[in-house]
Amino acid sequence: MLQIDDVRVRIPVTGGRWVEAVGGVTLSVGSGEIVGLVGESGCGKSTLGGAVMGLLPSGSQLSGQVLLDGRDLRGLTAEEYRRVRGNDIALVSQDPSASLDPTFAVGAQVAEAIRNHRDIGRREARERAVELLRAVGIPDPGARYSDPPHRFSGGMKQRVVIAAALANDPSVLIADEPTTALDVTIQAQILHLLRDLTVRTGTGVLLITHDLGVVAQVCDRIAVMYAGQVVEQGTVRDVFADPLHPYTRALLDSQPAAHHQSGDLPVILGQVPDLTDPPAGCRFAARCARVHDRCTAAPPVVETRGGGRVACWLHDALPPVAQEAS
Amino acid sequence: MNPRLLFVLRRLGLTIPVLFVMSVVIFLIIRLVPGDPVRTMLGFRATPQSIAQVRAQLHLDDPLWMQYRDWVAGVLHGDFGQDFVSKAPLSELLAQRIPVTLEITLLSMLLAVAVGVPLGVRAAVGGRWARRLTEGFVVFGISVPDFWLGIMLVLLCAGTMMWLPPSGYVPFLEDPGGNLTYMILPVLTLAVAEAAYIIRTTRGAMLGVIGRPFIVYLRAKGTKERSIVYRHALRNAATPIATVIGIQFGVLLGGAIVVETLFALPGVGRLIVTAINQRNYPVVQAGLLVVATLFILVSLITDLVVGFIDPQVSDRGKS
Repeated sequence: MLQIDDVRVRIPVTGGRWVEAVGGVTLSVGSGEIVGLVGESGCGKSTLGGAVMGLLPSGSQLSGQVLLDGRDLRGLTAEEYRRVRGNDIALVSQDPSASLDPTFAVGAQVAEAIRNHRDIGRREARERAVELLRAVGIPDPGARYSDPPHRFSGGMKQRVVIAAALANDPSVLIADEPTTALDVTIQAQILHLLRDLTVRTGTGVLLITHDLGVVAQVCDRIAVMYAGQVVEQGTVRDVFADPLHPYTRALLDSQPAAHHQSGDLPVILGQVPDLTDPPAGCRFAARCARVHDRCTAAPPVVETRGGGRVACWLHDALPPVAQEAS
Repeated sequence: MNPRLLFVLRRLGLTIPVLFVMSVVIFLIIRLVPGDPVRTMLGFRATPQSIAQVRAQLHLDDPLWMQYRDWVAGVLHGDFGQDFVSKAPLSELLAQRIPVTLEITLLSMLLAVAVGVPLGVRAAVGGRWARRLTEGFVVFGISVPDFWLGIMLVLLCAGTMMWLPPSGYVPFLEDPGGNLTYMILPVLTLAVAEAAYIIRTTRGAMLGVIGRPFIVYLRAKGTKERSIVYRHALRNAATPIATVIGIQFGVLLGGAIVVETLFALPGVGRLIVTAINQRNYPVVQAGLLVVATLFILVSLITDLVVGFIDPQVSDRGKS
């Protein structure tokens, strides 16, 4: 299982300045659990995924703890981290067309994922790869093993990427917008495939998305991210039924499905704060409908009824769970 | 049909019109050069009668299309015609000259690829020093003209140091060691610029590939960095690299003319230069035909290699 504890990521930008892409995130993904990480573009959710994979842009600074099955990944050497990637933690990224090497047969790319971590022969790796392709629903996998990626549709390519990611039964899978580049009809198929395969093997999934519909379909828990911080997390049922943070509420209200009768869709006014110089208090304060005096200070993180967490001054009567983000 | 086989057939089919157009251009271009071959042959004191007689013998009074037809018919039967001056059959002459030119150009290309591709990769993924050193070499290699470099190498290696013979040639089959000793300086002269272009292209192509998302995905699979660079990135960068190697082969053939003259090597290049001065049509035609065909062949091989490395290329235009 994956435990992320007070992780901060600073990425260098031009002019000797830094962007604080992730500003103190605490999050966990249990065995067989699917956790949805939602937020707008640029809120740091993909950077958090990169921090877990050890694939941040060069020069980035990472602090806090990333524990995988109790082992801190931050102290690993490059070679140790390589052995973890694709073996204990795997990645499925946004655009399957861009994820696969266009010059290699798809089957070989799945076999490579196995041979990166297991000392087995080519024949055996090939047989396993064919089985994996069959498991993700590639028709006639033996014959299609040798086909290059461009002879597959987007959905089929994403199935190949998933086959390669799950090749070594990882503890945790980071799925970074795995269906964004796909047709709507294919999205549901891929999501259900992901859920079926990971539940069976007990792989925990951190599903990064901006689509609350996706979260509602397949996730057990949800974490809502805003400007580099998780503002609220809890079970999908609790958070969708009774969102405590004003940002979560605004996000849910701006979903088309919730408002199919009325005409105008509510929008969240204003812009995401500049993360080269993040505001001292609550980062959502400038756009919040319920902002008040205390929001100039960092909000307390408190525990909600269902074991969730919310970081907002409106709920400071609830019991605190952690030191406030400073 | 198998897409790769189809790709090979289609590419072979494209070569035929290219060969045809090339032969027409070669045939016409030497005839566009001012100066008459018969006057050059017979000298200033030739009588109009003798000139007319020789012209008729050489079929130079036939219409151009007829001369072209006779020439192509001969070439297709392996008969390149006769040397105007020495009257020797050209097929034998070419059989002696072609191996020399091929040896220089192929050895230079081999050396340039063997040095250029790994250095280009290091320049793209290596540290600051690897980048600076290769950049320096690239600027030097591209800027320095081959005749100057050749002369400097002769002065240094053959003159001052007396390591190597300054010029000359023995056929490989007579004395392999001696042959290679004579080849060192000409091949070095040609390979430096060639390697510089290959380094520059390899570096650029590799940098383009290294930034692509699938490289991140390969890291996420736990692929070793070595394998990412040499198996995946280099294979994706192979198309521009192979293309430049193919085009540079044409430049090498041009450079061979300079180098053969400089090092007194009996190759096709020197043959052409001498023949042009004499307006020796059959020799110029045959020499150019050989050189141009070599280049077309290398382009063909380049394209086939690219098609096999990158399945997207061989699949293109299929549907």
